Amino acid sequence: MSRQPILEVQDVTKAFGGILALNRVSFEVHEGEILGIIGPNGSGKTTLINCITGFIKMTSGRVFFRGKDITGKAAHKIADMGVTRTFQIMRPYYSLPAYKNLVIPLFSPRAKRTGGWRGGGKLGDRNTVGIDILEEIGFERDSFVPYKIASTLPTGYLKRLELARCLALRPEIIMCDEVFSGLSMSEIASMVPLIERLQMDGITVIMIEHRLRELFQVTNRVMVLNFGEKLMEGTPEEVMTDGKVQEAYFGSQKVEEVMTYA
Amino acid sequence: MDEEIGCPDPPSWIYQEDFDRTLMDILIYGLINSVALALMALGFALVYGISRVPNFAHGALYVVCGFITWSLLCTLRLNYLVSILMAMAITGVIGALIYQFVLIRVRGMAISEIIASYAVGLAILEALRWGGFKGMTYTLPVFVEGSISIMDIPVDLHRVVAVGIGGAVVAFLWLFTHHTKMGLALRGMAQDERAALMLGIDSDIMALVAMTFGSVLAGLAAVVLLPLGNIVVEAGYNVLILAISVCIVGGLGSWMGAVLAAFIIGFAQILTVVYWGAHFQMVVALLAIILTLILRPSGLFGRQKELEERV
Amino acid sequence: MAEDRRKERLDRGIKVRTDGIYALMSKRELAYLTLPRLVLIVGMLILPLVLPSMYWQRVISIVCLYALLALSFDFLAHFVGLVSLGGAFFIGVGGYLAAILNTTFGLPPLLTIPVATVLGATICTLLLFPCLPLRGVYFAIVTLMYPLVMGRIIEALDILGGTDGIMGVESFANPWVEQYFVISMVLVFLFGVRRLVNLDIGLVLRAVMDNDQAVRASGMSITRYKAVAVWVASCMGCLAGACLVHIYMWAGISLFALDFSILPIAATVIGGGGTLVGPVLGCFILVPISELLRAFGTLRIAFYAIILVAFIVLRSEGLMVYGRRKYHQFERWVQV
Repeated sequence: MSRQPILEVQDVTKAFGGILALNRVSFEVHEGEILGIIGPNGSGKTTLINCITGFIKMTSGRVFFRGKDITGKAAHKIADMGVTRTFQIMRPYYSLPAYKNLVIPLFSPRAKRTGGWRGGGKLGDRNTVGIDILEEIGFERDSFVPYKIASTLPTGYLKRLELARCLALRPEIIMCDEVFSGLSMSEIASMVPLIERLQMDGITVIMIEHRLRELFQVTNRVMVLNFGEKLMEGTPEEVMTDGKVQEAYFGSQKVEEVMTYA
Repeated sequence: MDEEIGCPDPPSWIYQEDFDRTLMDILIYGLINSVALALMALGFALVYGISRVPNFAHGALYVVCGFITWSLLCTLRLNYLVSILMAMAITGVIGALIYQFVLIRVRGMAISEIIASYAVGLAILEALRWGGFKGMTYTLPVFVEGSISIMDIPVDLHRVVAVGIGGAVVAFLWLFTHHTKMGLALRGMAQDERAALMLGIDSDIMALVAMTFGSVLAGLAAVVLLPLGNIVVEAGYNVLILAISVCIVGGLGSWMGAVLAAFIIGFAQILTVVYWGAHFQMVVALLAIILTLILRPSGLFGRQKELEERV
Repeated sequence: MAEDRRKERLDRGIKVRTDGIYALMSKRELAYLTLPRLVLIVGMLILPLVLPSMYWQRVISIVCLYALLALSFDFLAHFVGLVSLGGAFFIGVGGYLAAILNTTFGLPPLLTIPVATVLGATICTLLLFPCLPLRGVYFAIVTLMYPLVMGRIIEALDILGGTDGIMGVESFANPWVEQYFVISMVLVFLFGVRRLVNLDIGLVLRAVMDNDQAVRASGMSITRYKAVAVWVASCMGCLAGACLVHIYMWAGISLFALDFSILPIAATVIGGGGTLVGPVLGCFILVPISELLRAFGTLRIAFYAIILVAFIVLRSEGLMVYGRRKYHQFERWVQV
């Protein structure tokens, strides 16, 4: 099936002064798939998201969304097209209740156009749509949780809130920056079906992750970055048995040994 | 009106002479104006560059130094050089006090720093306007009387001395920040405050030092440039506007950028004076700011490439 | 162990009952909510009746104009995150526009004021546009500069009346119209802006202030929302300027005076930033004092500046914030 990839990234390079954070990174993502991006700390994963979504200007390279060149476009315009992202350092609107956090993205032009997540028609009252979205995402509707001020919510809920903010835009792509980090095992276990649900709803998901075991549960295509360069991409098995990847992560220790301690 | 600091009305024969003369005139007076702007701006640039504190009392410190010099010279009848040195020292102390008692409490909150330092500057300037300058015009004597002829253009000797002093200040700053321990520490702080903190450089003391230096520089600019005109309170606002323009065009935080921007704006002002009129000088400064913000917000050598917050 | 008590603050029962989504149960609760507002409205409306002398008429009008400026400052600074150091800019633009419309085009005040307000706001927003995508610091710098430079331009180019200004501007029909117009404008904008910040767009503006990266990530242009906010704030400033020239029957460079830039900031700081009512209150305090200080010339600016510095440095919260706290909460000492 040779359809055009929904996202094409070509030779993206980003230099901060003398430091090359990204060096000619290229990859493709097809519609509806989940791509994992892994790599040791400092390999440029967040910088990659920032460049693709327009938060940072890349030094060179091109990004195509559905064939359209979105290189260098402003961040809000890229989000308006449907390419959304979450933040690794979470940025909810801390002083507002959880459902009010969603009122703001629901105010955006894109939400008005698309009717918001599962909207379809006219948007309606943003407060109620916000609560609906939160219910979709796992906030118990009849509890007081959606009404709690965001600063009082635990990390698991905040991560979901980040995703909810993307969902309010009815996105085509969500780039998740370490959504599993900071969560307990059970919280992650309940996030995994959520990610799978996103895929079932037709959203393309790109996940930057450190929690490899959980990541490999949701995806079967993974790309590895190290020091800003793409090492390889492939299935989880291919990637974890690759010598270069092992060396990047662990020095020269074997993966199995490390995984037994994880 | 005291806008023509360092920039006199062009002599009426400029429009009658041939092109060469005009060009020379523009070059020379452009140079003088540029050095004057650089002198005005360096104090502000220094304080911001090192401690990220926008010292909006800069203009007030300029006028205060002039006023103190005048008082020491004319009221106390001290020697001119002594008056100058004492006035510069006192200005430095005033700057340090402003930092220690006002700015240090709002450190880190950029907007509050601007409001607080601006308010202090306003208080000083308006208090001077009411209590300090009454009646007669106040002037400071020039350093050297007379004028010389450079390429057939008459230039006051004082202006020549001013350019010399300006050049010396820039050279001294460069040497100081590249070759002395204190200077390197200040540069380190300018580049990365947190890293400098980790190395044991105390940011508050550095900011205090920077503020003192910056105020002394403001005072130096005052004693060098005020003899070319009268001491008026308006000069305080003009100097503030010009200094900010130069620093924004050059890039907030970059000293060499400030010097380069001083030349750009300086020559732009001279050209405006020649072709349009002396009163457009401030407009040039404002236009320079607006153009910079539209085209290249970080300025010529600004280190803050991403002017929106970092992700 | 010297101090083993601490102060505890609790919302009053009546506040808890009437806050947020609620149903009013009794007249007392209704009164709790509406009384302060009624006092404000009634108080302002009867002011011209209580102080009928010509001197106080003028003072009341001027207080209201400054109140409009202070409202615009508070709105921009505490609800959008943009600190405007040059309220005089709006006054000048609105004022000169109204004067020109009146003297050159012959429009009556009834028309010049709305036109000057809307047109002036648009002009101001356009002129401030370059610094909107940038950090708040640049907005502060640019707003500081504009009024300082505008005055010089007018003087230098000798346009718009030069140093003499534009004279012969019509005044209001009669002093009562003048006063009640500006008072009602203050009330309209006070309650209007309060309504605005509680709407969804108000949330977006606050989000722009607190967390602009997240707003951008949601597909919204920060520049556009800041522009909207600046437009609304400039409307208030230009309105004040337009009224001012009709009150003084003259438009001149002094419209760009520092008073109009500094007093609103001082009033906001004294009255309590972020409350919208506080700045208005601050004007009621500062403007009469400044009228008394007229004899000292521009020293009054030094006076405002010093108050401003004092409040900033002492991190004082402002009168209304303190008042609100006392009204809504009670404090008591508890053993630790």
